[in-house]
Amino acid sequence: MSQGSSDVISSTGIAPADEPASTAELSRGGVPLLSVQDLSIGVRLPGGRTVSIVEGVSFDVDPGQRMGIVGESGSGKSLTLRAVAGLLPKPVEVLSGRVEYGGTDLLTMPAKRRRALMGPEIAMIFQEPMSALNPVMRVGDQIAEGPRRHLGLSAKEAGELAVSMMARTGIPDPVRRARAYPHELSGGLRQRIMIAMAVSCGPRLLLCDEPTTALDVTVQLQVLRLLERLCADTGTSLVFVTHDLAVVNQTCSELAVMYAGNIVESGRVKEVFRQPRHPYTRGLLESAPDFDRPDRELVPIPGFPPNVADRPSGCPFAPRCGYVRDHCRQSMPPLAEVAPGRQAACFESSRLTEVLA
Amino acid sequence: MLDRLRFVPARLLQSVPVVFGVTVVVFFMVHLLPGNPALTILGQTATPDRVAALNTQLGLDKPLVDQYFIFLGRLFRGSLGDSLTYQRPVLELVLQAIPITLSLLVFALVLSLVISVPLAALAATAPGRGRDLAVRVFTLLGQGMPQFWVGIMLILLLGVKLRLFPVGGYGMTFGEHPYYLFLPALTLAIAMSPTTIRSLRASTINVLGSDYVGTARSKGAAGVSLFRGHVLRNAAIPTVSIIGVNLGYLVGGSLVIEKVFAIPGLGSLMINAIFTRDFPTIQAVALFVALFVIVVGILTDVVYTLIDPRVDLSSKERA
Repeated sequence: MSQGSSDVISSTGIAPADEPASTAELSRGGVPLLSVQDLSIGVRLPGGRTVSIVEGVSFDVDPGQRMGIVGESGSGKSLTLRAVAGLLPKPVEVLSGRVEYGGTDLLTMPAKRRRALMGPEIAMIFQEPMSALNPVMRVGDQIAEGPRRHLGLSAKEAGELAVSMMARTGIPDPVRRARAYPHELSGGLRQRIMIAMAVSCGPRLLLCDEPTTALDVTVQLQVLRLLERLCADTGTSLVFVTHDLAVVNQTCSELAVMYAGNIVESGRVKEVFRQPRHPYTRGLLESAPDFDRPDRELVPIPGFPPNVADRPSGCPFAPRCGYVRDHCRQSMPPLAEVAPGRQAACFESSRLTEVLA
Repeated sequence: MLDRLRFVPARLLQSVPVVFGVTVVVFFMVHLLPGNPALTILGQTATPDRVAALNTQLGLDKPLVDQYFIFLGRLFRGSLGDSLTYQRPVLELVLQAIPITLSLLVFALVLSLVISVPLAALAATAPGRGRDLAVRVFTLLGQGMPQFWVGIMLILLLGVKLRLFPVGGYGMTFGEHPYYLFLPALTLAIAMSPTTIRSLRASTINVLGSDYVGTARSKGAAGVSLFRGHVLRNAAIPTVSIIGVNLGYLVGGSLVIEKVFAIPGLGSLMINAIFTRDFPTIQAVALFVALFVIVVGILTDVVYTLIDPRVDLSSKERA
């Protein structure tokens, strides 16, 4: 990871656009692998009105960096990830902003070129391996599909690659299992199949949408370790979306916290956990059990996240915030640097200096 | 895979009592028909004595229940009796007609799939938009128009006016059959495709929104490769059972359509037999149609099992 761009969030525009995503350029120091700039996602209603679900999100991911995006359901974290992968569910679409991969905007790229990146450059792992695997196709064939399409392998070569990928993800007896259908495998094995599928073309960026949520805790840890190892081995960058703070702590080095479609805090995982500078992050940490300190009292965050179609003016967290002042309700606090490498979108950030851990 | 087809022998065995039930219903319903075969054979001017004599000769003067057991006894010996009109074994007549009707049905099924799959795909990929509406109008029309009327219109347009296809008959040589059967098969296909299109459209929309299609897209699949590789087979699963049920109805439709197009299949045989009160022939045709429906039911389950690896009907039957 290069020192100059270790900030997860960069408020300044980076990298000249419209350059091909060549390997040479990607390895150049200082250029983020993925740069999301001012991304807004939402629905266009008939009559020209738009409802935005994600509002002006920006973040960078450097080569080899592992970044977690945390938030509760409906915070827009999954949509942000899907926008990067080009898999937004209809009728949700990108309203504005840029998603640059190696300096080239994915959103304005011809669909065919963008599809050519999906697999060899960018791959995705989904939350529910059962529903994310084709139920009527043998898992080996599903893994082999990408390599056949992108690496130009024959059916036989791709099949062999699939088996070796399955072996690499720790699936016992991969030759036999490659001929299994998804419903014949356990949840943990299915998620390993998903991972084998995602890494089969050697992507440089791995997008994970809550990949461990559907798994038992014990299996969860194995899968996280596996992801971590695969990424470390190949220098693959990771964007990891989850609602589970503990998972981020285990997997990622950088963290962005999303609330109601905005990034409200970002920084290195350890620092954010030690000293959250946004009341929402603090609320999240205090409401989650900590096995190192089992006697600590859990403090829930009162209220509910706002409806995106009817956001309050000012800070969206203001109605639930214990630090709220009058000006919070008037205008939206911008995401600003509060310490070196740390950003928070809170007017009262300076009052949150307590060290938690 | 073959392991999951173990249910077939058991299913065949189960169909034996069903066939037995069919013989009961068919036999007694046929004899409820007003009219007398002897009278039909001899003509309206026949004397009562001659009618009575022929009735005795044909065994029609015996009590109905006795007649049923005679019919059943013959059936066990593999005989369906002789046709009252043609004076030939019914089995011979039926076996002559079956290949004709069967090829008409298969042709109609293939045509209906050729119509349905692309239309359903067109509609499902743009729900609510122009081409979806056009397909929906087609399904409404297809369902609303009576089959025999569609047949007559096709004869008028493609047969009489444009002279593209023969207006009736079955053709003399093997090569001619598909040409002669095209219009009647198309008529049946038009009647059958609306339900197939609707079902396939709905399931395709469902599949297109599923997570595994998202996964396939994340592997760079799109367009035809996405449709063939991931969408079609999954979307076909619910449609297979609908087609299976419809094939049963299609037999009924084909009986009428054969008459419209003067095709010497089971339908023509059946309708003529009804008009002449040719009881053994009616019974035989009804029996074979029932057998066909049973076989289609089993075949539907076989196809279902083959395209969906999660289906295991064998284990359910043991439970």
